[in-house]
Amino acid sequence: MRSIVLYLHVHQPYRLRHYTIYDSGVDHNYFNANDDSDKNNQKLIKKVAEKSYIPTNNKLIDLLNRYPEFKLSLSITGTVLTQMEQWAPEALQSFRDLIDTGRVEILAETYHHTLAFFYSRSEFEAQVQMHKNKIEQLFGQTPRVFRNTELAYNNDLAFWAEEAGYKGILAEGWDKLLGWRNSNFIYQPAYTNNIRLLLKNYKLSDDIAFRFGDHDWEQWPLTADKFTKWLNDTPDAQVFNLFMDYETFGEHQWQESGIFNFLDDLPEKWLKNDNNTFMTVSEAIDNFEPVDYVDAPETVTWADTERDLSAWLGNPMQQQAIVALYELESKILSTDDLGLIEDWRLLQTSDHFYYMCTKWFNDGDIHAYFSPYDTPYEAVINYMNVWHDLQFRLGEKGVGV
Amino acid sequence: MKVLMLGWELPPQNSGGLGVACYHLCKALASNNVDIEFVIPYHTTLQVPFMKVTTAWPKKYKNVIRTGLAYDSASYIDSVGDTKHLDLVQQERIYGESIEKVIDLGSFDIIHAHDWLTFRAALKLKSQTGLPLIVHIHSVESDRAGGNKGNPLIEEMEYLGLSLADEVIAVSEHTKQIIIRDYNIPANKIKVVHNSIDRDDLGEIEPENIYVYLQLMKSQGYHVITSVGRLTIQKNVTNMLRAAQKVIEKVPKTLFLVVGDGEQYNELIALSAELGILKNVVFTGFQRGKSWRDSFSIADLFIMPSVSEPFGLTPLEAINYGTPSLISYQSGVSEVLKSCLKVDYWDVDEMANKIVAVLRTPTLRQALKENAEREIHELSWAPSAKKLKKIYDRHLAEVTN
Repeated sequence: MRSIVLYLHVHQPYRLRHYTIYDSGVDHNYFNANDDSDKNNQKLIKKVAEKSYIPTNNKLIDLLNRYPEFKLSLSITGTVLTQMEQWAPEALQSFRDLIDTGRVEILAETYHHTLAFFYSRSEFEAQVQMHKNKIEQLFGQTPRVFRNTELAYNNDLAFWAEEAGYKGILAEGWDKLLGWRNSNFIYQPAYTNNIRLLLKNYKLSDDIAFRFGDHDWEQWPLTADKFTKWLNDTPDAQVFNLFMDYETFGEHQWQESGIFNFLDDLPEKWLKNDNNTFMTVSEAIDNFEPVDYVDAPETVTWADTERDLSAWLGNPMQQQAIVALYELESKILSTDDLGLIEDWRLLQTSDHFYYMCTKWFNDGDIHAYFSPYDTPYEAVINYMNVWHDLQFRLGEKGVGV
Repeated sequence: MKVLMLGWELPPQNSGGLGVACYHLCKALASNNVDIEFVIPYHTTLQVPFMKVTTAWPKKYKNVIRTGLAYDSASYIDSVGDTKHLDLVQQERIYGESIEKVIDLGSFDIIHAHDWLTFRAALKLKSQTGLPLIVHIHSVESDRAGGNKGNPLIEEMEYLGLSLADEVIAVSEHTKQIIIRDYNIPANKIKVVHNSIDRDDLGEIEPENIYVYLQLMKSQGYHVITSVGRLTIQKNVTNMLRAAQKVIEKVPKTLFLVVGDGEQYNELIALSAELGILKNVVFTGFQRGKSWRDSFSIADLFIMPSVSEPFGLTPLEAINYGTPSLISYQSGVSEVLKSCLKVDYWDVDEMANKIVAVLRTPTLRQALKENAEREIHELSWAPSAKKLKKIYDRHLAEVTN
């Protein structure tokens, strides 16, 4: 038995509006840009709902109806859920309809899509708990498998996830982690007893997520026939872990690229072979025994050619900005001001640091595509002006800053 | 006496000190019964009561308007209404070509040309009329290049103007020495006529400072150091940030307000992060009006660390708004202003030493402030105009003889 494990990650950050030093201390609204810019979250969530979420959910529901073997897994951040609640309720309803089919598993993660694990364990745990509560409240499901922001993974995280009771955890199937092995099996993290590790098949995943619409790619156009042939021709595989951004469908790859036709076609072509099926992440863990341990002393992520945290924390501006934010933790929490605490958490969203990235080489285009700023320096200034306002609000409350 | 004055800009359409200095110098000259026609390269509706303002541009353009603040931000609109953008050297050439068509050459007694941009026109008119030519140096190319090699085309124009003029005016002894060093002009051909300040022309400070954040931080024991100027190598904000790092080591509650825009903007943001002081440095971009005035008045100390500053008006403006200064010896204003702290532009340790001294010694700051305020009350453009009038008189006497 061989299975595709399709896992899609749904996320939108609360982008900062254009915020100057003249706003610091005056206007505590950071996230609502009432303009036509790419910082306007309302505009963007409506656009992505229309282009990606609603048509993709409709397609997925259609596939679930047509193919009893079809299944998938999702992770949905708290920040995208509240934006849908506020501005795109019809998109949220379509996710509910999708999950109500009972064949969609939701994963655990941080509510605010943050790198808190690397800066504050207690804050990290609070955010994971917040996310769990939100998922239970909205979808009536309790996550059992963990994915960290940006698939940032190391031995410590695996150890934590096991202690926290998760049956599985996700990571990038990066060559340095795997060595001579490949990602098409279930593994066990080093120094753990029960938890399982699912590793993204980055080549096959990126064929869909990044290369699908690339006319210069020698495999373009990618058809479901061709893709399933690659899978069928792969010897000795248990799982094909196709992990990608949900927005691949309709947003990163536009409808005109034929991405929806590909998705529509994939189950039929794959299920032609009786030995093939689809599984959620939990089913994959339940159905296969781990073949080996994987040791991850260093952090691995799913971004850029380095597959490390350098897209978010690679330059001194990013490092200084994130340290400045976490330095405020105890002071912010001591205020018991829920609005202030939530703003501080929304500023932890990893996207803010991604916009400050100055790596221009192989991944520069990808970074520019996702950034609402003209330059990373503008992102730094905007972010720090907001940070100054957090400092102001603490000072106003009499908390020493 | 009628003077043909050749300039490049007048406030409010000025990029910096050149336009301001020309305006005030002419105003003071006019009150000494000097009749001035001032020729600029763009159209203006500005009414100047004390002199005639004329625009010089070629017939093939319908209009020339100043669209921004930089020296070269003029738009040339042709007969069909299309807008052309010319570079600074092209603009300088067509100013020189068109000037004789817009003035009554026979009516002047003397030609007075401000900076290299007008020298081509000045030399042409001098050769046609034989009138005495005075060139007035507000800055030379090596100043603007911040110690690097300047533009050779501009250096050539400066050399021609300085060599062929009947007399050279420098805005400071510092500038005079640079003219001698760079162009081998005999010292006795160069007279120093210092710039000054017209306090009536500076806007008033209103009670509410726009930097609400900085005000709160000051109430929490923070200090504010301001710098105002273009972010270019000449202005040496790089060394100020290096000094800032040392200051913050000694006095952690110190914030640096960097007002201005320029080619070093991104680099300086990155540098402040590399120095570990990102959260202590606030970048505002270009400011004018209230936010410009308030940046002086919010500060404990104003700093102008320029590599080479022909004059440098900002320390006088700072003290007008109640803030004493630390300036580099390599500035013209340091010949005029006694009650300020001075430092070599390259001496980062001494810069930090003096900043810390002011922050830790309120009596020092108070003494600098009070004495500098007394000094600027004595300053006016009248002595400079009187000195210049004498130079005019001497040349006219020579012509008559």
